[in-house]
Amino acid sequence: MSSLFNEVTSTRSDDVPVRRVTITVNGETHTADIEPRLLLAHLLRQGLKLTGTHTGCDTTNCGACTVLFDGRPVKSCTMLAVQADGHEVTTVEGLNTPSGLHPIQEGFKDEHGLQCGFCTPGMMMAAKALLDENPAPSEEDVRWALAGNLCRCTGYQNIVKAVLWAAERMDDTEAEEAS
Amino acid sequence: MAIDEIKIGGMGARQRRVEDNRFIRGKGNYVDDIVLPGMLHMEILRSPVAHARIRSIDVSRAWEIPGVRLVLTGEMLAARNLAWMPTLSYDTQAVLATDKVRFQGQEVAAVVADDPYIAKDACEAIVVDYEPLPVIVNPDQAMAPDAPLIRDDKVNQHDNRVFDWEVGDRERTEQAFAEADVVSTLELHYPRSHPSPIETCGSIADFDRSTEKLTVYMTTQAPHIIRAAVAMVAELPEHMIRIISPDIGGGFGNKVPVYPGYVVSILASILTERPVKWIEDKTGNLISTGFGRDIYLKGELALRSDGRILGVRMHTTSDHGAFFSDAQPSKFKVGLMHSAFACYDIPTAHLTATGVYTNKAPGGVAYRCSFRVTEAMYFQERMVHAAADDLGIDQAEIRRRNFVRDDDFPHRTAFGFLTDSGQYTKCLDLGLEAVDYEGFLREKEEARKQGRLLGIGISTMTEPLGAGNSREYDILGIKMFDAAELRVHMTGKAILRTGAKTQGQGHETTWAQIVAHELGIPANDVVVEEGDTDTAPFGMGTYASRSTPVAGAAVSMVARKIRAKARKIAAHLLEVSEEDIEWELGRFYVRSAPDRGVTIQECAMAAYSNVPDGMEPGLENHAYYDPPNLTWPFAAYIATVEVDPETGVWDVLRVVAVDDCGVRINPMIVEGQIMGGLTEAYAMSSMQFITFDADGNCIGSNYMDYLLPTAWETPGFELHEVVTPCPHHPIGAKGVGECATVGGPAAFVNAVMDALKDTGVRNIDMPLLPDRVHRALTTGADVSGAPPVDPDAP
Repeated sequence: MSSLFNEVTSTRSDDVPVRRVTITVNGETHTADIEPRLLLAHLLRQGLKLTGTHTGCDTTNCGACTVLFDGRPVKSCTMLAVQADGHEVTTVEGLNTPSGLHPIQEGFKDEHGLQCGFCTPGMMMAAKALLDENPAPSEEDVRWALAGNLCRCTGYQNIVKAVLWAAERMDDTEAEEAS
Repeated sequence: MAIDEIKIGGMGARQRRVEDNRFIRGKGNYVDDIVLPGMLHMEILRSPVAHARIRSIDVSRAWEIPGVRLVLTGEMLAARNLAWMPTLSYDTQAVLATDKVRFQGQEVAAVVADDPYIAKDACEAIVVDYEPLPVIVNPDQAMAPDAPLIRDDKVNQHDNRVFDWEVGDRERTEQAFAEADVVSTLELHYPRSHPSPIETCGSIADFDRSTEKLTVYMTTQAPHIIRAAVAMVAELPEHMIRIISPDIGGGFGNKVPVYPGYVVSILASILTERPVKWIEDKTGNLISTGFGRDIYLKGELALRSDGRILGVRMHTTSDHGAFFSDAQPSKFKVGLMHSAFACYDIPTAHLTATGVYTNKAPGGVAYRCSFRVTEAMYFQERMVHAAADDLGIDQAEIRRRNFVRDDDFPHRTAFGFLTDSGQYTKCLDLGLEAVDYEGFLREKEEARKQGRLLGIGISTMTEPLGAGNSREYDILGIKMFDAAELRVHMTGKAILRTGAKTQGQGHETTWAQIVAHELGIPANDVVVEEGDTDTAPFGMGTYASRSTPVAGAAVSMVARKIRAKARKIAAHLLEVSEEDIEWELGRFYVRSAPDRGVTIQECAMAAYSNVPDGMEPGLENHAYYDPPNLTWPFAAYIATVEVDPETGVWDVLRVVAVDDCGVRINPMIVEGQIMGGLTEAYAMSSMQFITFDADGNCIGSNYMDYLLPTAWETPGFELHEVVTPCPHHPIGAKGVGECATVGGPAAFVNAVMDALKDTGVRNIDMPLLPDRVHRALTTGADVSGAPPVDPDAP
C-alpha cells in the first residue's frame, strides 16, 4: 500500500471531499485518498508517476490515454479515478516484462509504427485489447479496433502492420509453447 | 576490405529508430511528464466572445480560493510592459488582453495554483464584463467600408488591411493574356485548418532567483529562436536563458510561434520564484494557436489551344486573424506562394496578395508546409485541372506538355526561383503506370454507363524546402542557417548535437546515419542530442522540411572536418605523408600499400593519446551550414475515387505516390513521412477544417467537431520513388516531410471533380464533405465553403 497524491491534496482546504480508493495498477495494489473528481489519467500520471499514459484531447476522442480496465480498453482521461476503485488497470508501463518487450512493442519498432510517440502508448494498449480477444485479426479488424485512437504522424498504415506483425509473432510464441 | 555501409547503419539503411526504445516503453519525456520540486500549475482564462471591449475584470473571488498563488491580468502585465509581444511577422500580439478581446479564445487572465484543478476552479471565479462589438469572420466583411476597426491599438491603422504585396511581371503577364487562345479561371477558398498535434502546447518556466537563470522546458520546434525572443521580450540576458525542448508530441508548424501561455508562465515563475507549469487543453490549442491556410484565390491561366500555359495570374486574399503572426521568412508576405507553378515551364507570371485582419485566432503557421507552399501547390494543381477540362485535354498530357524538361536545369521559374534538378515526366509516368491510367479511364467510362461516378485526380509539383539560404531567408532578421557539433571520444564513439529539433522525424536515427556515412563509425555508436540551448549549437529549428536540407547538411560537413583531422593523424600513425593517404569508409590506408591502414577508431584513440607534434589534441568540431539554395523535391500523387451520386459520399479507391526527394538517408523514415503527409492531405480534402459562425464562434474547437481521420477512414497508400540527387546538398538529399501534405490535397479534390465532370461543376471548396458534394451534384453549381457558416443548418 502506498500513499498517493500528497502533492495535490496538501493545499486542499478541509471541506474538500476525499474518498479512499484501492486500485491495482500493473499488478501492484495502491490505496489512496483522492478527490472524487480526480480523473483516472491524472491519478496514473501524477499520483503514480506513470507518465506513459498521455492526455491529448480531454474529450475521449484521441485515445492517447487508453489503458486496460479489467482487460478492456478505456480512455482514462474521461473516467473518474473513483470508478476504478477495486478494479485492475494496465498501463503501457505494464506491457513489457523484465524479460523483454511485448511483441506489440517490438512490432511498433520493427514496422516503424510510430513517429513522435505521443499516441503510441494508447495505440499499443488498444492493440493489446484487440489481440487478447482476437489473436488472428484481419487488417480490417485492426483498423476497426484502432478507430478510437488518433495519430497525426504515421497515416496508420505502419501501425496496422505493426499490430499484424505482433499477432503473427504471438501466434508463433504460443505454438512454440504448445510444442 | 571496406565496411558494408548498410550493415553499420549508414546511408540507405532502413535503420530501426533508436528513439523508439523509450517511446514503446512509455518512457518518452514530454513537457507534461516533467515535474520539478515546488512546481505550481497555471491555467488560462480565455474570451468566450470574438470581439468585445473589456469593461472590467474582477479577480477577487479567484484569489479567495485556497491554493491560488497568483492571478494575472493584462493590466498587471502592462505595468511590466509585457501586455503585448512582437509576432514573427513584425506585428504585435496581445499576451493578456487589456483593451479588447479580438477573437474567441483570446487569453484574458491566468491563475497559478498548487494544482491544475484549483487553477481551473479559480479561472471560473474570474468575472469579466464584456461589451460586445461587431464581428468580422471573412475578408469581404473585413474590407467593407463600414467595417469596425479590429486593430484600433495600432497607430496609423485605419482599416483591416494587413498588407498588399505583389511579385512577378505584371506587364508581360498582361501581354500573355492578351495573346491567349483560352483563359481559364478558377476561384476558391483554402479553408482554415489546424496542425493539431495530439500533444498540445505547454511549458514549465523555472526562474532561479539565486542564479538569475531562467530555464524553460517547452514544446517548441525552434528552441534557439525562442531563446532570442525571450531575451528580447522579457529583456533577460540571453546567456541566462536556457530553453529545453524535450520530446515533442508532434509539431507540424503549430509549435514554432511564441504563445501567450509561454510568456505568462515565465512571468509567473519570476514573480513566484517557483517553477510554473502550463499545459494547454485541446480546445485552447485549437482555438488560439497557429492555424494554417485560410486563403482565397482568384486564379487565371493564359492558355494556347494545344495546352501550353503562356502566363499565370493569381490574386490571393489571406485571412490572418486578429494579429499578423505568420511564421515565415520576413521578406515574403504570403510565404512562398510564388513558388506556384515552379514545375512548369511558363514564360511569365504575376501574383498580387492582400492580407486582412479578422476576429479569428492569429497564426498563419506553415502547417506541415514551407510557408504557404501547400496553398500554392493546391491552387496550381486545381488551376491546371480546370484548364485541362476547359481545353478538352487529358489531365496527364497537359502536365507533360508544360513540365520543365530534365535537361533544362537549373531553371529560373516565372516568379524568380531557381530550381535545381528533377525528372518530372518520369515520376508522372511511373505513377500513371502504377495506377494503370488507361485501364482506369476505361473502367470509369464503363461505370459511367451504369450511373456510377468514378474519378481520377493527378497532382504534380515541385516545392521549395529547406530555408535558407541566408541571403534571402530570415525570421525577424535572424538568418536561416543551422549548425552541428560532433565530438568523437577516444574509443571511437561519438556525440552529435544540432540546432534542429526532432518532433517525430527521427533525427536521433537519421543524423547518426549521416555520421556513419561520412566516417564509417557505426550509427549505433553515435548518440544524437537536440533541444537544449545550453548544449546544442545554434539552429533555426525544425519546420518547413528544413532539417535534412540544412541541419543534415551541417552534420555532413562537421563529419568531413573530423575526417580531415583524422587523416592527418592517420598519416602520423602510418608514418607517411598526408598526400599518400587514401580513404575508404571507416579506414585510411597507404595508397601504395593498401594493407597498411588505420581505422577511424584508431585515429580517435590517437587524437587523445598520440597526436603529431604541434597538433591540438582531441577529435571534435562544429560546422555552420548556410545552404546555397533551397532544395526542390518533386512528387506525383494520383488518387482514384468513387462518388455515391445519392449521398455525395466519396470513397478513395487507390492512392499512388511517386516521390523524388533526392537521396534517401533512411528509406523507412522517408516512407513514414510520406504516408503521414498523405493522411493529412486526405484529412484536409475530406473532413478537417476550422470555420466560424457569424458571431465568430469557432467551429472545430474540439475533436468532436474538428474531424481527423482514423485508421478506419484513412486509405492505404502505394509508394514509389525516383531519385534525382540534389546537386548542391552534400549528400544529395532534398526535403521530404511535407511533400505529401502539400501536393496531396489536389489529387483527392481533382479526383472528385473528375467524377463530377459531367455536372459542369468547377469547384467545391475543401473539405469535400458529403453534403457539399451532394449539393454540387443536385444543383450543378460550385460550392463555397467560406465562413460564416450557419451552425444550425441541416
